[in-house]
Amino acid sequence: MIASLTLILLAQLLGEVLARSAGLPLPGPVLGMALMLGFLVLRDRRALHLARVLPKPLTDGTLENTARGLLANLSLMFVPAGAGIVGRLDVVQAQGLRLAIVVVVSTVAALVATVLVFLWVARLTARIGGDR
Amino acid sequence: MSGEFAVWVYLARTPLLWLTVTLAAYLVADRISAASGRHPVANPVLIAIAITGTVLTLTGTPYATYFDGAQFVHFLLGPATVVLAMPLYEHRATVMRALLPMLAALVAGCTVALGSAIVLARLLGIPEPVIVSLSPKSVTSGVAMGISEALGGDPTLTAVLVMLTGITGAILVTPLMQALGIRDMRARGFAVGLAAHGVGTARAFQVSEVAGTFAGIAMGLNAFLTAIFVPLALRILS
Repeated sequence: MIASLTLILLAQLLGEVLARSAGLPLPGPVLGMALMLGFLVLRDRRALHLARVLPKPLTDGTLENTARGLLANLSLMFVPAGAGIVGRLDVVQAQGLRLAIVVVVSTVAALVATVLVFLWVARLTARIGGDR
Repeated sequence: MSGEFAVWVYLARTPLLWLTVTLAAYLVADRISAASGRHPVANPVLIAIAITGTVLTLTGTPYATYFDGAQFVHFLLGPATVVLAMPLYEHRATVMRALLPMLAALVAGCTVALGSAIVLARLLGIPEPVIVSLSPKSVTSGVAMGISEALGGDPTLTAVLVMLTGITGAILVTPLMQALGIRDMRARGFAVGLAAHGVGTARAFQVSEVAGTFAGIAMGLNAFLTAIFVPLALRILS
């Protein structure tokens, strides 16, 4: 558990350092996700024999369980920021209904556009790629 | 100082009380969501925020005091983003096969999310600084606030709109996709992660792990592309 948490925080920390020093328009944790992905790929390369040197929780599924636990409760983590929004709804009220209309219409448009283009290109590449 | 008041003064000062309130509100919200069979309208984020907000209003607690306790939960957003790597790695074969559809959908979705918001807001006569604050609404709040601030918007307004967009997307995605007859969980997840960032991703994980994985990827990629597209879109569409 502690080894898993340390690794996760380390990935986030390195991501944060990278994002800030390179001035990338990406949040540190997203870079941390990429670094974690790199770790998982290297860990499972048999030729590197990393399993022998790494702490056991990082290889026996504990890391994956910690991840699953965090992701299962992703909703919880938006509550503190969301509760702050409740007190600041006045900034939205100044624009009232118009702003709500834009948010709803634009969100629906983005959902529909994304899903349709995804399916269209998926069908196209499946046809070109043959029987995949 | 009376006894009860002394207890209240103590509790109001430590993180314990508000951390407990946040977790309890979430547990109640999650039970309601589960009891409704994960019905999209019974969104746990929305319910938990409503409960917490009500408690804060009734007790007259300033947000800064609340956040002293709740920050421990808020902090977990970072680690939770990092561990999106695990389902991504697990489903890497599925993800690699969908590389082209994802990239095409990313460009299309990002353009529509931005373009539709800017054009519609102008048509409705919303003032320019508000439009700047509104345009990055589909990306995760840290990035959205940064974009808004850099372009002369109001980061607080952006944070509010980002949260409203997230909850809107998380509630609408399931009924919308069902109405369109779309069953591909990769496409559904990718769409909600793109349009409704982390709150949408949380919803996607409720529905299926594949949907959640694709939502997480879309959220990360869209943060990057939106940061590049917002200044361009505001200039082109002005």
